[in-house]
Amino acid sequence: MEELTIFLVIYGTLLGAFGAAAVLVWFERRLLGFWQDRLGPNRVGPFGIGLALADVIKLLAKEDWVPPFSDRLVFIFAPTAVVITMLLGFAVVPYTEHLFIADLNIGLLFFLGMTSLAVYSVLLGGLGSHNKYALLGGLRSAAQMVSYEVFMGLSLMGVVMISGSFSLVDIVKTQAENGWFVISQFFGFIVFLMAGIAESHRLPFDLPEAEHELVAGFHTEYSGMKFGLFMLGEYLSLILISSMITTIFFGGWLGPSFLPDLVLDFVPPIIWFFAKTGTCICFFILLRAAIPRPRYDQLMSFGWKLLLPLTLVNLLITGAVLLWL
Amino acid sequence: MLKAILSQIISLYRICLHLFAKADTVQYPEEMPYLAPRYRGRIVLTRDPDGNERCVACNLCAVACPVDCIALQKTEDEHGRWYPEFFRINFSRCIMCGMCEEACPTYSIQLTPDFEMCEYDRQNMVYEKEHLLISGQGKYPGYSFYNVAGKAIKDKDKGEALNEAQPIDIKSLLP
Repeated sequence: MEELTIFLVIYGTLLGAFGAAAVLVWFERRLLGFWQDRLGPNRVGPFGIGLALADVIKLLAKEDWVPPFSDRLVFIFAPTAVVITMLLGFAVVPYTEHLFIADLNIGLLFFLGMTSLAVYSVLLGGLGSHNKYALLGGLRSAAQMVSYEVFMGLSLMGVVMISGSFSLVDIVKTQAENGWFVISQFFGFIVFLMAGIAESHRLPFDLPEAEHELVAGFHTEYSGMKFGLFMLGEYLSLILISSMITTIFFGGWLGPSFLPDLVLDFVPPIIWFFAKTGTCICFFILLRAAIPRPRYDQLMSFGWKLLLPLTLVNLLITGAVLLWL
Repeated sequence: MLKAILSQIISLYRICLHLFAKADTVQYPEEMPYLAPRYRGRIVLTRDPDGNERCVACNLCAVACPVDCIALQKTEDEHGRWYPEFFRINFSRCIMCGMCEEACPTYSIQLTPDFEMCEYDRQNMVYEKEHLLISGQGKYPGYSFYNVAGKAIKDKDKGEALNEAQPIDIKSLLP
């Protein structure tokens, strides 16, 4: 029974993540359309949701071309890396108290490690393409992701200090007693949000791609399903970061405590989790619609001069409060 | 720094409010957008109130055209009135700039709010005079070039046009 549940959760996560990533392609365009006073894609199927399917078919049917000048092995490996690491990251996400693939006692570190490994995808893609724009994109992403990794890890340490565990299930359980960490660890949340956007290189921090200056950045030479994998990886990382923000800062499967107990008992915990994650994804899309992309040096100085001190001060204060209060 | 962050948050809020705004775009083939009468679309040749061609084959439109898509040949009828023998617009070159309309002294060439001119065959984009000529007067009803111009044509001699004085006999000595 136990094994069957795990099996179901694994395949549910796989299918759910792929499906959600495909639907997000349509959902993001539609939402962007609304925010830009357009209608967005609404032709294929009800509300245009068939666009997700049409997009997948298009990507699968396209010629899978490897440029003759590229480093073939690296070129082919690069797009798979991001999808594999992001899917592995989902292993530690607790959907409810009992519904998860693995409750590692180093779950948080596992997640950080997996997102760090995704850098290889962008880096190798840029390097293996033997293309100037791709190389520039890869170069930028290497610097950006390595530096934002630092704050991403550090911003979570306050949470770890309070809950006293790296396990994500324990972190959520701590929030049931102490209230959501978005309040007590507000600056940690801000920094993690920023670093999360930079990690998944979504707009406004999509400098590795930066289509206005670098054609398409690291995936300039990619087409067909290899490009599709990059796209899938981007949406998977968006979902993963959103579910991580939900788990770590917004109480995971817990309902908002100000609601009456009747509502909290009635709504199953998994609904809360998905609702919060969905809201978070919408916020990421809103960021894309509203915020202009910073210059590359602005991005780096923003990270090192503002976010890093902010994290350290946050860490210091959290430590002091825990020690003396 | 704080001001910059605040402005980002304000822009986030304002963009979010656009979720409830009405879309500026329309469902095109089903719902046609409103196009102003002055919209610069497909070019037509119009007629004067009497039903004659307005075009006098002066070639000003062809000269004004920045992409040289207008070609025409002047000819005359038996009364000395000019008209184009052929008038050809290559719409695959035309950029709908409206320079020809501005250059036209007789309001003959006019742009219309029609832009649906797709063709499967490129040659079909070349419009001859019979395709361009419409039966109406277009945007300037009541205007007839020869009724206000000093040129003598059939049934109208010099000095008989609107707002025109009789020609002075410069050979005469009488006051």
